[in-house]
Amino acid sequence: MNQEISIQAADFSLADEVALLEQDNAVDGAVVTFTGRVRNNNNGMSVSGLTLEHYPGMTEKSLANIIDIAKSRWNIGRVKVIHRIGELNIGEQIVFVGVTSKHRHDAFAANEFIMDFLKVQAPFWKKERTEQGESWLDAKATDDAKAQNW
Amino acid sequence: MIKVVFFAALREQLDCSELTISSENISTVAELKQQLASKSEQWRTLFDNTSLLSAVNHDMVDGTHPINAGDEVAFFPPVTGG
Repeated sequence: MNQEISIQAADFSLADEVALLEQDNAVDGAVVTFTGRVRNNNNGMSVSGLTLEHYPGMTEKSLANIIDIAKSRWNIGRVKVIHRIGELNIGEQIVFVGVTSKHRHDAFAANEFIMDFLKVQAPFWKKERTEQGESWLDAKATDDAKAQNW
Repeated sequence: MIKVVFFAALREQLDCSELTISSENISTVAELKQQLASKSEQWRTLFDNTSLLSAVNHDMVDGTHPINAGDEVAFFPPVTGG
């Protein structure tokens, strides 16, 4: 496994993912992982959960492109991206990005790069459940600015 | 024919997730958008939204991108994953 993308409804295990990144991989000394979870608040409103929609086919292609660019910019080993879809409750894991490299700098930078571009390019949409009902989230200008900084 | 798909808030507001449209007289994404906008006042309002994104065959593109028969074109709001 050099790179893997998984769009899934099921939860994932951080320990299992780290084990896969490390298995039979004696060349890489650094493993950097990011896990995103469902918050109980957004813009001051209490949130009870999320529904995640995506564009099957384009999602995988978009993430593969982002990983390709990361591989061309940094000296990285393995990459794993997991994004969950469907109904998610508070505290549940939504997204995982794991990157290995020989030295820490490449894995740190590539992990943040992949996450920043996933945010603005991968076709996922969140619908929030609050006391006021359901509503689609608006994209944040700060996320665009963050991606443009790379 | 061109397959057109819609996602998220746009899909709900249009009450339509996909349709097929003749590729005659449509050579770019902008022209397809214009044709969709002419379906009704509500569709016009929704397709006038400049923040709407588009993709052809799973690649994000802008309005000048060419469209050919057999392509899959998608319209959707800015993405909010992660």
